[in-house]
Amino acid sequence: MAAHRCRYLACLLLLFLSVILVTMSQETTLGHEQHATAVDDPQTGAETKQTAEKPTVEEKRWEETKVKATTQASDTAVLSKTQVNEDFQEELVIRPLHSGDIYASFQFRTVWETDFMKGNKVSHYRLFPKSLGQVISKFSVRELHISFTQGYWRTMQWGQPFIPSPPGAELWVWFQDSVTDVDATWKELTNVLSGIFCASLNFIDSTNTLQPSASFKPLGIGNETDHRFLRYATLPREIVCTENLTPWKKLLPCGSKAGLAVLLKSEKLFHSSFHSQSVHIRPVCQDRQCKSSSWELRQALNVVFDLHTSGQSKREWSLFKMFSRTLTEACPLASSSKIYIDVTDNPQEEQFELSPATPLLSQAVVLGDRRTFSVYDLTQQVTFGTVRSLNLMIRWKSSEGDMLRPLLHAERYVTGYGLQTGEIHTLMYNNHPFRSFPVLLLDSVPWYLRLYIHTLKVISKGKDNNPSYIHYQPSKDRERPHLLEMLLQLPPHSVTEVTVQFERALLKWTEYTPDPNHGFYVGSSVISSLVPSTVAMETNITMEQPLFSSFFPCKEESSYFARVYTEPLLVNLPTPDFSMPYNVICLTCTVVAVGYGSLYNLLTRSFQVEEPNPGLAKRIANVIRRMRGVPPL
Amino acid sequence: MGLLSDPNRRQALINLLTRLNAPICGMPVDWLVKTMQARGLEVFTQSFSRTLPFPDENTERYVVKGTNVYGILRAPRAPRTEALVLSAPCTPGDNNNQAVGLLLGLAHYFRNQVYWAKDIIFLVNEHDLIGMQAWLEGYHHTNVTGMDWSPLQGRGGSIQAALSLELSSDVVTSLDIVLEGLNGQLPNLDLANLFYAFCQKIGVLCTIQGKLQRSDWDSASGYNHAVQTMMLMVMKQASGRPWGDHGLFLRYHIEAATVKGVNSFRHYKTDATTIGRLLEGMYRKLNNLLERLHQSYFFYLLPSLSHFVSIGYYMPAFGLLAVILLLRALDLWVQLSAQPSRTEDGVAGTEQSNPGVLSVLTPLVISHLTGAALYMLPVRFQEVAVEHFPVSETEAVVLTAIAVYTAGLALPHNTHRYPDMGWRVLKLVALLYLAVLLGCTAVINFSLGFILALTLVPAAAYVTPHVPKALSAFFLVALSPACTLLFSVFFFQELQEMPVSFQDGWLLYLSVIAQGMLDHYLYGSLVFPLVALLVYPCWLLFWNILFWK
Repeated sequence: MAAHRCRYLACLLLLFLSVILVTMSQETTLGHEQHATAVDDPQTGAETKQTAEKPTVEEKRWEETKVKATTQASDTAVLSKTQVNEDFQEELVIRPLHSGDIYASFQFRTVWETDFMKGNKVSHYRLFPKSLGQVISKFSVRELHISFTQGYWRTMQWGQPFIPSPPGAELWVWFQDSVTDVDATWKELTNVLSGIFCASLNFIDSTNTLQPSASFKPLGIGNETDHRFLRYATLPREIVCTENLTPWKKLLPCGSKAGLAVLLKSEKLFHSSFHSQSVHIRPVCQDRQCKSSSWELRQALNVVFDLHTSGQSKREWSLFKMFSRTLTEACPLASSSKIYIDVTDNPQEEQFELSPATPLLSQAVVLGDRRTFSVYDLTQQVTFGTVRSLNLMIRWKSSEGDMLRPLLHAERYVTGYGLQTGEIHTLMYNNHPFRSFPVLLLDSVPWYLRLYIHTLKVISKGKDNNPSYIHYQPSKDRERPHLLEMLLQLPPHSVTEVTVQFERALLKWTEYTPDPNHGFYVGSSVISSLVPSTVAMETNITMEQPLFSSFFPCKEESSYFARVYTEPLLVNLPTPDFSMPYNVICLTCTVVAVGYGSLYNLLTRSFQVEEPNPGLAKRIANVIRRMRGVPPL
Repeated sequence: MGLLSDPNRRQALINLLTRLNAPICGMPVDWLVKTMQARGLEVFTQSFSRTLPFPDENTERYVVKGTNVYGILRAPRAPRTEALVLSAPCTPGDNNNQAVGLLLGLAHYFRNQVYWAKDIIFLVNEHDLIGMQAWLEGYHHTNVTGMDWSPLQGRGGSIQAALSLELSSDVVTSLDIVLEGLNGQLPNLDLANLFYAFCQKIGVLCTIQGKLQRSDWDSASGYNHAVQTMMLMVMKQASGRPWGDHGLFLRYHIEAATVKGVNSFRHYKTDATTIGRLLEGMYRKLNNLLERLHQSYFFYLLPSLSHFVSIGYYMPAFGLLAVILLLRALDLWVQLSAQPSRTEDGVAGTEQSNPGVLSVLTPLVISHLTGAALYMLPVRFQEVAVEHFPVSETEAVVLTAIAVYTAGLALPHNTHRYPDMGWRVLKLVALLYLAVLLGCTAVINFSLGFILALTLVPAAAYVTPHVPKALSAFFLVALSPACTLLFSVFFFQELQEMPVSFQDGWLLYLSVIAQGMLDHYLYGSLVFPLVALLVYPCWLLFWNILFWK
């Protein structure tokens, strides 16, 4: 007995000792790291130096791990290897808008060279969130794009967003071709995501799921575009609030503790004109040669602050005013952490004044235009100045401008009156003075609006515009929605109008929502297009580009990819008066029908005595008799 | 509420109103666009033009061209699916500057608030109803009346509710709410309740039909007052015309009302800020709605703002009137089926004396052709009439209508092989026809159905070929639709406490006929076609029965 106890004690002691040893060694490595970054700091020079300096940083890291590898046991070597292959970047783009509003776009990118597939069980996570990693491996996801948006992006006033999204929730997923039952996987995936993001994604079912044939191509690497493995769904009614923001923030390596994410305070983010948050997962190339691929997780948050409702008399913006926080440090886990301010329209500071000033300028080609940005690098202590906090200020000098004329924008509305029929109009504007360009229109309409597809008309400049490609999938009642995809050529400087009539279906009484008089939503149409760009686009995406300019891959130099969402529609269906008298009438009618029906049945039915079944012998005898032509027994 | 509490805003509003006292109407489109833009709205314009079928002498319009200006306040974080409308008509000559000023002031104030969940559209429409019709048709991309308008550039989704603002004088003592819309449609009663609740809360004097509410319900005079108010509503609703700019919204299932500033009660004076607060309150309430207004009644009559008569109370009254027709018809049916067996025995006799339904086809067709003539001829033949007679176009149209109407009385009367049975079959058909007609009318527009029932039912029940001809003819003409309209004009003036002499009344009558036709051609009111194509032919059938030989 005693010997036994002694053995336990010895074991415990051993464990304890080893724990102490491990923690001590970790502390030393941490110390090394801090030291290393401190050494790095002075080396990180101007923006132009960055490309040159990047390999040196990597070298430092490599050295670091070698030291570790020698001192540590073999499984820590695996850990250090994953550290090498993971990279986290954060950036914030601020664009002062024409209307006096301000557009802030956060992007956080985690790149991890790992393989979730092929039965490879990834169990150690460092920067990449485990919850999403598990989702990728469990559901064999190749690409996942999810966005939650509150509000409508006003293209006419704000121009194009860096990452477009429709009002409500949008989810589109490409599955690996190894998935056998895509629909079941999709159903399960939506339920899991609904748990992760605290959203009503579990309301995605076959009645609002689509398989677009052309509009949603994979954004990552991989050539396979068999749309059987694509699922797309929107929930236009989804309301986005802090409960969705909190889980989204938790996916960030630094949470909201350090770096740019400290600015993400919900009380300010939801005090804005537009709020959109998204998560994009896709496989990307590791380098220019694209020999190895890695997984990219991109988290984006776009917000537009309104000048008028902020209740200020002076026209000025600051980080503190926008987010009620200032910046004091970069996220320590981030390899790059930058703030870009769009100063393209403001070369001589005639429109607004920026303080503190920064000597760093960078240029990037984004959305078909070469823009100039002032850059604040948060990994440098110089940026924070003597007060050790960064509070950017933008003071407007000029007054509000007119509306913009973006090259491509669209609107949609329902026409007609009454509750029987109606017409959906989709208008697409090409404001380019001399070039026409192709657009792909994706329209999804719920089954309870029965489209009369023979009334489909496409008119530009008063003439019929024949689509070169139409993919139409009719709806099935209570099963799947209408899907209409068209490839159209928009003539220069024109409005193209797509109209289609519909009939409003009468729902079953249990199918009405609890607020049927609010109306029923029809999701946004999606217009994907290659818009002619004014400058040559960069066709090869490298890791060094700023995040906001590298989301959509670019195949040609002369045009850039843009996606425009129209507004969702609110359509009233014929609705019974669900009031007390209505219920009473329904109930009474049912009772009367059942009572009267059965009584009437009893009174009018004539009763007959049924003859018992003839035996088998008798039946055979009858068959024989019939054959002989003798009347049966 | 914020508007009053902030002295700067109040000052800004007052400045704006002073600026507006210089007459701006005649639509300074550019100024409006600039002002709305400065207030942070998305501003759009819409031009329209309309040539009236014949000149409107009341407002001196014939070829109407105008521009609507509207600014959309985009609600933060809203997906452009719902909108509210605040409109103010701005017509040359008419003084609605105060309303336009208040609208701009409210736009400025609303723009700085964060609580909006629905887009708010501030609309200044020129040529009141015609501009509103053009805007609504443009917004919903329909064309009911053949108007030319330019398509709208900006929209805010489906409109949930609308208010139209009319402040005709500088001094406003009380606010009047107008509910009667096109074809007698009414907005949901909750809209009226909302207005009343806020008037009570803010302490503004509010009226309906220009009549204050009285607290003495029990006394005879109080009762009389309430009945007068209700009768005014019945008369207005029966006319089927939009009594304010809101009236045209109702076609699109948008709850709407007109708020009118009235200067009639000396001791009370309301300033623009108070009206602004009232509107702010109403818009905030409407903004908070999750569903369209649908919980309360759509069919009601208001004896005062705080009391209503629901459809459950007034429909039985109409039902009792309509039942007379059905009982009469039943009586005739029994007579018709019993008579053959009483007079003649045998199968052959029954066949011979039973006139059959086809025999009444001739009078039916003739009377309906007369009705069609009444509907078509006045507008078609106005040019011919103007050439040959010394009258203006409007007079020509109205006088042609009256001439056709009178000529219908002199049409050849039906003589048939069945002198005794024929009129019975005709009367049976006419009675059922009238019952169905009145029933349908009363469901759509109760007041019109009720007034028609009041006059037509006694005549229909009473008339046979055997009553004294001259007296009955006079009686029947007096109860014909045209005379009903004449009496209604006098009665309406009496109710409004503005009695007119017979001469003026006659002129008013002529202009009312012209207005009724214009309402049909401009806004799609159904009263004129209903009377011309259905009610008048039906009445002609009874006229026919009276002169049965």
